[in-house]
Amino acid sequence: MLEIKNLHVKLEEEDKQILKGVNLTVEPGKVHAIMGPNGSGKSTLSYVLSGKDGYEVTEGEATLGGVSLLDMEAEERAAAGLFLAFQYPVEIPGVGNMTFLRTAVNAQRKARGEEEMSAADFLKAVREKAKFLKIDGDMMKRSVNVGFSGGEKKRNEILQMAMLEPKMCILDETDSGLDVDAMKLVSEGVNQLRSPDRGFLVITHYQRLLDHIKPDVVHIMANGRIVKTGGPELALEVENNGYADILAEVE
Amino acid sequence: MTALTNAQRARQRLAEQKAQVSEARIAALAPAPQAGWSAEARADALSRLRAEGLPHPRDEYWKYTRPESLTQAEAPAAAIFTTDEKGIFDAIDRVNVVFVDGVFSEELSSDLALEGVSIERLAETTSDIHWASGLYGKLEKAGQDPVARPLAALNTYAATDGLLIRVTAKATKPVALQYVHNSETSDAMLHHVVKLEEGADLTLLENGPAAARFNKVMEVDVADGASFHHIRAQGRDHERRAVTHIFARLGTESTFKSFTMTVNGVLTRNEVVVEFTGNDAVAHVAGAAVGDGDFHHDDTVFITHDAVNCESRQVFKKVLKNGARGVFQGKILVKPDAQKTDGYQISQSLLLDDDSQFLAKPELEIYADDVACSHGSTSGAIDDDAMFYLRSRGVPEHEAQDLLVIAFLASAMEEIEDETLRDIMLGRITEWLERRRG
Repeated sequence: MLEIKNLHVKLEEEDKQILKGVNLTVEPGKVHAIMGPNGSGKSTLSYVLSGKDGYEVTEGEATLGGVSLLDMEAEERAAAGLFLAFQYPVEIPGVGNMTFLRTAVNAQRKARGEEEMSAADFLKAVREKAKFLKIDGDMMKRSVNVGFSGGEKKRNEILQMAMLEPKMCILDETDSGLDVDAMKLVSEGVNQLRSPDRGFLVITHYQRLLDHIKPDVVHIMANGRIVKTGGPELALEVENNGYADILAEVE
Repeated sequence: MTALTNAQRARQRLAEQKAQVSEARIAALAPAPQAGWSAEARADALSRLRAEGLPHPRDEYWKYTRPESLTQAEAPAAAIFTTDEKGIFDAIDRVNVVFVDGVFSEELSSDLALEGVSIERLAETTSDIHWASGLYGKLEKAGQDPVARPLAALNTYAATDGLLIRVTAKATKPVALQYVHNSETSDAMLHHVVKLEEGADLTLLENGPAAARFNKVMEVDVADGASFHHIRAQGRDHERRAVTHIFARLGTESTFKSFTMTVNGVLTRNEVVVEFTGNDAVAHVAGAAVGDGDFHHDDTVFITHDAVNCESRQVFKKVLKNGARGVFQGKILVKPDAQKTDGYQISQSLLLDDDSQFLAKPELEIYADDVACSHGSTSGAIDDDAMFYLRSRGVPEHEAQDLLVIAFLASAMEEIEDETLRDIMLGRITEWLERRRG
């Protein structure tokens, strides 16, 4: 599904190489986790894949379902089935959460040549999915993420994911800023979306998220590369011993 | 004979230049009525105008907006914009009063009868006695201090038409003034007087390009417990020029709310002058302006608190692109006895490119000690993070930008209390954005 080959990325504005040859393949139905110390390039990978400005791909490729992502605009990648759950969801004062969600759903449908969702169908779907994530009507009426708590913001990300039904979901430190209960709720929302034809790439610092969202494969990223790949036990190893041992071993 | 200093000579030269411009402008006008109830007020306004002279680029109050095209004798021509689009307020049940190039059109207007509201034409009321004689030019004159507004004095002197509206009850529907621009060289001058008696309530709508050059004054007297709502849409003809003044006097527990949407226009200067004379009154003045290219929009507001426990609120937003210019000069003056004043002022611009410009001069002048006044002014671009967030959800760039523009304008649009009117205004701005994509 998602295939990343030898991806090299530098910052557009300065001569700083961040990704130095990332190779990664996520198969449909699988959950891959990426762990790694600060500054290893995890978030950059998620931004580059979703099309944020400010990065320059100097080498390599990334495809989704065989289609190259890197030449597409951010909105085209979304319509192609890529979704990034932000580490820091952006507040947009003045844009209603419901309006935003409906605009996004219909824009993607339009881009794929599908019919727009009727207002009634949309409302029905939102209500059902919002209820599961304990998102009340008031949160839907408010401006996007404005005045939301950390947990509410992350639940709102998962609601968007549920409504947009992407093929490939990237979760960038979705556990950051969450207490135990909120993390459980968000994880349940994510698990609800697991399906045989949907892939997940979960970026996290900590093992605890992976207790709730069980990964099939765990990668360790350091200094712009994936340095080690293993099963769920690799995350436990990091939790117990930190990154130092693994990094020393790779060196 | 004592020699003049350089500064004195410069002042003298400036006064001479202003007098010259003023006299040329006065000479080009149709003569004002010499008799009738307004004659005295007009003569008084002429002497005010001559004493001050028309605005000059060197005047502090005209630092950001060049006044020449408004003060020169002949109106610069403005092409007429034709569209088969319906009038912005056509869907609203209203009394519709139409002026074509500043002249009342009985044919295009609806029946002026409305319970609790009397509507007369300024041009027709030439008798010696009229209720408006206590107001015509009076609020304008009061509004000349501490800052002179000579274009308003010019209007009081020479206005050829306008409406005298007296409201004695809660009006059952709005009165709409529709200004049609039909001649490329029209130079229109209208003067309205609106008097709301105790407890009365009126919504006044205004729209249309009016003329190639338009000078309009509206004096509004809001008596105790009365409410005045004003919703205005200026726009359409790109080359039109306009200077408008609203002078409002507010009684105890009265409400004055004015919202203006401006779309297009090579030059617009809207001055709003409000004076609180009774306690516990509320005044909101707001505006949303969107401009592309050769667009200059100036909101100049002066609010004087001279009563206790009054609330004033100024909310102005401007969206500018391709070299468009926005100006805001807003002042809150709180006099020594105006305790418990609640004054708020915000002016913001969203610059869609590096060519556009926003010039703001927010001012507070406070002499009372128990007041809450705040002001803010910002100028910024579209937020890149918000843009990426929207696009990452599949919203195309142009649509995402429109959403963010509408979001930026939201707090100004919310000043329109009536939901139907707010939706109409939002609809127009959305259409403008769609037309100007790319």
